[in-house]
Formats: sequence, structure tokens, C-alpha cells
Amino acid sequence: MNVQNNPNSFRNGPDQRGHFGAYGGRYAAETLMPLLLEVEKAWNDAKADPAFQVELDEYLKHYAGRPSPLYFAERLTEYFGGAKIYFKRDELNHTGSHKINNCMGQILLARRMNKPRIIAETGAGQHGVAAATVAARFGLPCTVYMGAVDVERQQPNVFRMKLLGAEVIPVKSGSSTLKDAMNEALRDWVTNVENTFYIIGTAAGPHPYPELVRDFQSVIGNEAKEQMMEREGRLPDTLVACIGGGSNAIGLFHPFLDDPEVEIYGVEAAGRGLETGEHAASLTGGRPGVLHGNKTYLLQDDDGQITEAHSISAGLDYPGIGPEHAWLKDVGRVKYVSATDDEALQMFQLCARKEGIIPALEPAHALAHVARIAPDLPEDHIILMNMCGRGDKDVFAVAQALGVEI
Amino acid sequence: MSRRIEARFAQLKAEGRAALMPYVMSGDPDRETAMRILHGLPEAGADLIELGMPFTDPMADGPSVQEAGLRALAGGQTLARTLEMVTEFRRGDPATPIVLMGYFNPIFSYGVDRFAADAATAGVDGLIVVDLPPEEDMDLLAAAGAKDISLIRLATPTTDDRRLPTVLENTSGFIYYVSVAGITGAASLDTEAAAKAVRRLKRHSDLPIAVGFGIKTPEQAAAVAEVADAAVVGSAIVNRVKEAGGDRDRAVAGVLQLVRDLSAGVRSARRETVPAE
Repeated sequence: MNVQNNPNSFRNGPDQRGHFGAYGGRYAAETLMPLLLEVEKAWNDAKADPAFQVELDEYLKHYAGRPSPLYFAERLTEYFGGAKIYFKRDELNHTGSHKINNCMGQILLARRMNKPRIIAETGAGQHGVAAATVAARFGLPCTVYMGAVDVERQQPNVFRMKLLGAEVIPVKSGSSTLKDAMNEALRDWVTNVENTFYIIGTAAGPHPYPELVRDFQSVIGNEAKEQMMEREGRLPDTLVACIGGGSNAIGLFHPFLDDPEVEIYGVEAAGRGLETGEHAASLTGGRPGVLHGNKTYLLQDDDGQITEAHSISAGLDYPGIGPEHAWLKDVGRVKYVSATDDEALQMFQLCARKEGIIPALEPAHALAHVARIAPDLPEDHIILMNMCGRGDKDVFAVAQALGVEI
Repeated sequence: MSRRIEARFAQLKAEGRAALMPYVMSGDPDRETAMRILHGLPEAGADLIELGMPFTDPMADGPSVQEAGLRALAGGQTLARTLEMVTEFRRGDPATPIVLMGYFNPIFSYGVDRFAADAATAGVDGLIVVDLPPEEDMDLLAAAGAKDISLIRLATPTTDDRRLPTVLENTSGFIYYVSVAGITGAASLDTEAAAKAVRRLKRHSDLPIAVGFGIKTPEQAAAVAEVADAAVVGSAIVNRVKEAGGDRDRAVAGVLQLVRDLSAGVRSARRETVPAE
């Protein structure tokens, strides 16, 4: 029980059984259990093998385009008139988001395990595109499950996945969004467990995925820490990142968790407003439960049935959240807040006009919280926000929301 | 361990035949119709009954069972109502074992201890929780054990000899062998492979072994009955409810007729004395 053994660190989780405090674990069908134990073993071997990290770093540098820049958002800083705002530019990665960091790591793991077939689930399509990309790069067939509703609202990404040679399967069961895509991917995995590696896109799912995805995404926070020291000679005062499943956020946060002077905010999607019930804020508006292989905060009714999430951002439209965030909420290390669809839409436009950066709708939620806190903070206060994805994929959805025909 | 499960398998052993264990979804398509089906099952030849607890996100079930669950939920089914159905069933049938099958979140939400207590009062004999492997089932194991409810674990084609002891430890009632690495209602049964698996399990445990997944016809049920202690049929049965459209009488008649046919298949099978290899 690492978490309990070293109470002075927020970075030792999960314990050997995959728990972050009361969360996480491995709530999977028996068919998958032997494979999950195999993935865990392969991951532990890979972590202990310096050649694995060297190879991963090479691909991240020459293929994905890391390190991503640390950018001082001068015009937004001026506009809000308070704290200095920096963006970690993970939208500049190959494929347009932070998702490639994790996919590159997992495909190398799949190769180590000699699994010749890749499956993935996707919401906004960013993870699907990244998974299809690495599968193409390593010559493996790839099947991506995507909710039928998301297929409709993210057509550009669907087309990109197909261009990359992936098969995209629209999932019509349930609410036809990300959670249903994950159910369907798990069903495929249960059926094809012998030859298939499931690249999970966020820091959730059965152990070891939350840990594995976090470790692959921690490249964001590690780079940011170094870049900030170089640039400002000190750590940022505040970190902000959006949370769907929470992979970009945990990637930024994790290297800073043991720096008590750094205040950390995760921003969930409040959809049409928390009070309307139409939102995707599992931590703010949900309670603990078990879904998709882990115990975590979930949107659910009184009977423990999972309820549908709503967000204008398909990437945040998920009724659960990574278990490490659930734990970080309970222990109070990270503050979890939320931003509505409308706030995100405003920030989407503001960021485009002020900085010449069209953000994805996901980090536009994070920016909404930056907009709330920055004006009242002193000018020497540093906010670092993760710009985890670019908004090309969202222009159609945003145009529609703004009533513009394109 | 539940006395009803133990008694039923002892009785079947004396009769020299295997059990038919139909799976029906509680509350599908509505509570009243599902109750009529449940009441009719023993007479139609069900030796034990698996009663599904509907869940929105059944990750190891195929379309048939998922749709059945969604029909039930749309009709207002809840875990509390499922337990009420068992209470009502027990008033007329004190002997047929009932095993609840489903996913953990509704139970966790209900409260594990409260659930075990209410399930025991209702007359539930066993629990199969698909997404609760031995690594995570300590709380439910303790709560169910305290109330004499069997926690029945699943073994699958991927459960190798190294892992099998973990699965068998603390399991009671019977062992549920999932005969295909896949979801419910998908692939058809490979009788040879199932027979081999049952023999392997018999080497490790004295518990009765039920085989499920992939059994659709009386012939397949008969083939399983020759090698296992029970044949479980699910998707084929819940499909009868779907095929009835909104016609409740047709749903009841369709399910019970299939169970009669399957039961005839099971009863026609001559039990091999399955030796431990």
C-alpha cells in the first residue's frame, strides 16, 4: 500500500493492487483478468528497461514533436489584467493533442507483448486519431469504437482515422457516446483477448491503465517544470487543466503534486450548468461507484445506473473520471471546479482572437477557469494552463453552436 | 453456502442428470410480465434460475442481454424491485434456487451489507457479479457469506492453471464456466472444448460446474448436460421476449416453451460419470 506507506508524497500511487486510496482497482470480467495481469507485468518490465524509455523518447522527439513549447500568452495576460498566463502547447504535437504521448507509449508496449491488433475507443476522435496514427506507423491493424453521436459531431476526425487505415465502428448502444464506445471496445477485447491490445485513451479503466497512461502523459508536467525553471527561475503558482477522463490533467499535475506551493485546478465540463443535471462533472456532481474496470466518481442515479453525461466537448462527455483524480479530490490536493458549454464557447473565440490560437473545446474549459481567477491575482503570479488540443476538429460544432453555416 | 443450491444439486445427482439453469432478466419487458415468466420457470423445467439484475453498461454482455436490461430499466426496474420479485417468487416456491447475476455498481450503490441482508431475506441463494473478480470481491464475499449466500465465481478459457486456485478459493454453490472467451450470445459452443474444461475444473474442485455462454438449442443443452452439472441458457431466452414485440402473453409463452424444450434436451442427456483426470 504505497499510498499509505509514504504519507508525505502524493506521487506514490497506486498500490500493488492498483488502488489510489479507495479508488482504482481492477473491476473486470474474469476473461480479461489474466490479460490485465499480463499487461501489468509487461509494463513493469518496460519501466525497468532503460531501452524502452530511450526508444519512447526518440519517437516522442522525432515523430510526435516533443518537447512542446511553453508559451507566454501575453495578450491574454494583458486582457485579463492580472496573473501571467502561460500555455503548455500540447496542441502542437503530431495529431493535434496530448493523446499521442500515451499512444506512442502503449503501442511500444503492445509490440513488446507481441499483440498484432490494436483497438481503441474515442470520444472527440483525438485519441482515435492518435491510436490510428501509431498503428499505421507500426503497421498494425486498428479498430476504433466511437459513439454514433460523436461520429456525427466529429466528422473530420472520423475521416482522418479512416485515412490512417483504421476501421471506425459507430456504436449505437446506450447513449451512443464515449462510455458506450468504451463498453464496445471492452466487449471486443473480451472476445479477441488473445491477439489484441487495447489502447485506452485516458487515465481510467482497470489497473494498470490509470498508472500507465499517467506515466506516459507525465512528460507534459516534467517538461513544463523544466521549461518554467528556465524561463522564470521558479515553479508556477497555479496549474489549470481540463478534465474528462483526466489524462492531460494528470500528466501536467503529477510531477507537481509534491510541490505544496503549487496550487492545482482541474476543470470539469458543467455542460448546460450543474443545476440542470446536463453536465459531465463527475467529481463535482457525481458520487463513487464502479464502471469500466475502476472505482471512481461517476454520474449515476439512485439505483446505481450510469446516467448520460453532457458536454459540448465530445472529449469531456464521459460520466466517469480517472481514479487518481477521485483520490486527489478526496485528499484535497487538487481543487476540482467546472465550466459550462457557454463559457467554453466564449473562451474558444477569445483565445482565437487574442492569441491566434484556436483551442480545442476541451482546453477552452480550462481557460474559462483561468479567466475567473487571473484578473484578481497579482502580476507576478504565474498560471500555467495545459493547451492540450487544437480546435480544428471543433470548428464545425462551434459554428453550429454560434448559428453560423459553413 | 446456500442450502437450496446444495440440496438441488444433491437431488439431481441422485436422479443422475444435469440441471437446466435458464437466465431471465428481471423486469423485462416489465415487472408483471417478468413475474409471470419467473413463476412459470420451475414448472417448465428450470432446476435453478439465474435472474439478471439490469445495468446500463454491461461490458461483458452481448446485444441481447444489454437490450433486455435496457428494456427493464425503461420499465422502471431497480435492484430493490428485483429483490421484491424474488420475495414474491419464494411465496410460491420454497425450493428452486435463485442466483442473481449482474454488475457491481448497483449493489455498491445499494450498500453491500444492506444488499446481502435484503437478498437473504428475499430468498436469494447465490450471486454472480461479472465485474467483480476475486481481487476485488472481499467486501461482498464477507457480506454474502454472513448471510449464507453463495458467491459464485466465473472461470473462463483464459483462466489458466496458475490463476484457477485464485478463482476457486472461497467460491461456493457452483462454478460458472464461461465456455467462450467472448460476450454473451455471440459465439456458439464448442462442446469438445467445454468438456475438456469441465474435466480440468473437476481436478481442482468438488463443486458442481455450470457451463454457460453459447448454448442456444436443446441439442447443445443436451451436449453440455452430458459433461457438466448444469447448462445455462441466457441470450436465446431473452431473445424470445424481444421477438414478442410488445405482446406480453407471447413473451411469457415463448420463454416458457423454449425452457420446456431445453429441459427436455437436458433430461434426455445421459450423464457421463465425469472422472477427474
